Amino acid sequence: MKALALALLAAAAPLAARTVTVTPGAGAQERLQTALIEAQPGDTVQIAAGRYDLTDGLSLDVDKVTVRGAGPNATVLSFKGQQGAGEGLLVTSDDVVLRDFGVEDTRGDGIKSKGADRIVYNNLRVEWTGGPKETNGAYGVYPVSSTDVLIDRVTVRGASDAGIYVGQSKNIVVRNSTAEFNVAGIEIENSYNADVYANTARKNAGGILVFDLPNLPQMGGHAIRVFDNRVVENDTPNFAPKGNIVASVPTGTGVMVMANADVYVFGNTLAGNGNANVMLIGYKRPFTDKTYNPLLRGVVVRDNKHGRAGFAPSFPGGKEIAAAMGGSLPPIFWDGTGTGVVVRDAVPALSLNLPSPDASVDQARPAPAQFADGPLPPEPKPVVLPPPMEAAIK
Amino acid sequence: MRLLACLAGWMLLASAAPPGVNDALILGDTLPPKLSDFGFFRDGKPRPRVHPYTLNTPLFSDYAEKERFLYVPASKTITYRGDGLLDFPIGSALIKTFGYPGRKLETRVLMRRASGWVALPYVWNGNEAELRRGGTRIPVEVHGQPISYAVPNQNQCKECHQLAGSIEPIGPKARNLAQPLLDDLVKAGLLDRAPAGPKLPRWDDLQAPVAARARAYLDVNCGHCHNRAGAASNSGLYLTWEEADPVARGIGKTPVAAGRGSGGLEVAIAPGKPDLSILLYRMNSTEPGVAMPELGRSMVHQEGVALVRDYIAGMK
Repeated sequence: MKALALALLAAAAPLAARTVTVTPGAGAQERLQTALIEAQPGDTVQIAAGRYDLTDGLSLDVDKVTVRGAGPNATVLSFKGQQGAGEGLLVTSDDVVLRDFGVEDTRGDGIKSKGADRIVYNNLRVEWTGGPKETNGAYGVYPVSSTDVLIDRVTVRGASDAGIYVGQSKNIVVRNSTAEFNVAGIEIENSYNADVYANTARKNAGGILVFDLPNLPQMGGHAIRVFDNRVVENDTPNFAPKGNIVASVPTGTGVMVMANADVYVFGNTLAGNGNANVMLIGYKRPFTDKTYNPLLRGVVVRDNKHGRAGFAPSFPGGKEIAAAMGGSLPPIFWDGTGTGVVVRDAVPALSLNLPSPDASVDQARPAPAQFADGPLPPEPKPVVLPPPMEAAIK
Repeated sequence: MRLLACLAGWMLLASAAPPGVNDALILGDTLPPKLSDFGFFRDGKPRPRVHPYTLNTPLFSDYAEKERFLYVPASKTITYRGDGLLDFPIGSALIKTFGYPGRKLETRVLMRRASGWVALPYVWNGNEAELRRGGTRIPVEVHGQPISYAVPNQNQCKECHQLAGSIEPIGPKARNLAQPLLDDLVKAGLLDRAPAGPKLPRWDDLQAPVAARARAYLDVNCGHCHNRAGAASNSGLYLTWEEADPVARGIGKTPVAAGRGSGGLEVAIAPGKPDLSILLYRMNSTEPGVAMPELGRSMVHQEGVALVRDYIAGMK
């Protein structure tokens, strides 16, 4: 009877939030994983400074837990010896905060969160320490199928797909982050309402991508703002394994928008991108999905600062077109398809004037692009996240 | 208060009951530290209403042998649903022991509480299996090959067993159980009825068509994540038996988040071309980040790969 009374009491009164500290050393895998399993809502799992040599992917499935290290270079979760699982850390619960630790050399993705609403990634480092390689994992941080995502002060290096990838999600902020030496620096895919700002994307094959793909549960990517970013010197040769959509990103691309609606690209500093500072295209591959729209609709590029670009065109037919144009291409490239595509930058743009996104480059009639005057398509509203997410990293 | 009295009375009953399966533990909210706490077995023999079962087509787990039991509490039965699925009553449990000849490694318990299914991994140590929520690795030799056998942690149990956010059993669906077994369960008072319904073929039944066997194999080995409400819903690749869309089933489907798992190939299934099919490439790999399924497999299932190879080769 006493046990019953106690059990009832425990059920009635929420337990005080605890901090559980895990330290490096023998058995780190099981100790850390067990701490993540036994955490209660409100708890913090504190990972003390040091290096953790892990053998398996870690996972968290408890709501309202903070996982916190001592800094992105002080607490290092190394997955060099990983023997199983598709990622380093997997989060499948809501209201989770991940902050102040580093993840190295995962065999698959770095940190993935799926169906994890209101997740915060803050002050993290995800890195493949051997530099860019096709055998590196695909994504550095990988929130997918989630509502309300905040990525702030995250650094990713070496991802063989996208460093920071947000897929099939809604209400997204990616800011103050650095993506370098990845195939794609930052990628927003099949997502709604995203603000991507104050990031640096450098030394990737492509800097910032806004994509939409067919045959997925969430399609129709729209309402994306990419602004005040530094997207420079994206000249790492594309090292993505074939078959993946990013393998088709031409090396030397700054910002690339594909098959999305209501996208604003403004106030960015774009320079040293040998293919193009900005690339605007429809979806080229064959597809059968009748609910998918392969076209750009309402894409505005305005008030960006442009440095040198177009000096090393790498899309099919690019070199030939550049030769015909006197050696290099304008900083902005458009396939010429879609509706409501408007560029208001102080640099020229090239249009291929293709009849459709999947037309072959032989059908291109390259010429300086002409854009409609008059009012711009409306700018998407700023993304507002639930206040506790911002408060968590104050 | 009535509920409380009820509970208290029931607990007294449970504590006074003759030794049998400990229903109170299954229905409670604690996590029993030892497998023997449940009382599913006595002297290695199943207690009453603990019934062995096998599957037409099982999940491959590094060639481990599996002993499966289901438990249904007294005066309750499993309900046969029209779509060939089974509804287990609250208080039921599924008990599955993994091992190799002469050695039990782990026992996984899936129990149905009022709040839903709970999955727990127990690791054998001598004559007792102890709860290891964080999972572990055990070095073993299989077919002469040393491997690091992975006992899943509690979250990993859920990764495979989750459907639309809650835990569900994977194996014991009526369509994957032989008819004589279903009839036995009815006779034993554990199942309400067992109408003859559609069946998954045995994956290794050479009399059955290759495509049906391969589809059954993929359903059981992949479909628990690769379905529209499963852990891999975002991939757009759905390998369940009932999936009708050929692209969703992988035919001509380009990858989304495969990364190096693509192996440099373009599509999940290239009809007639198994060597150009990502699906087969990933089944044939043991490398983390490439290998599928992601969990519970450190060896290639050669016979499974051969079946899926035949299936893809035979496609036009």
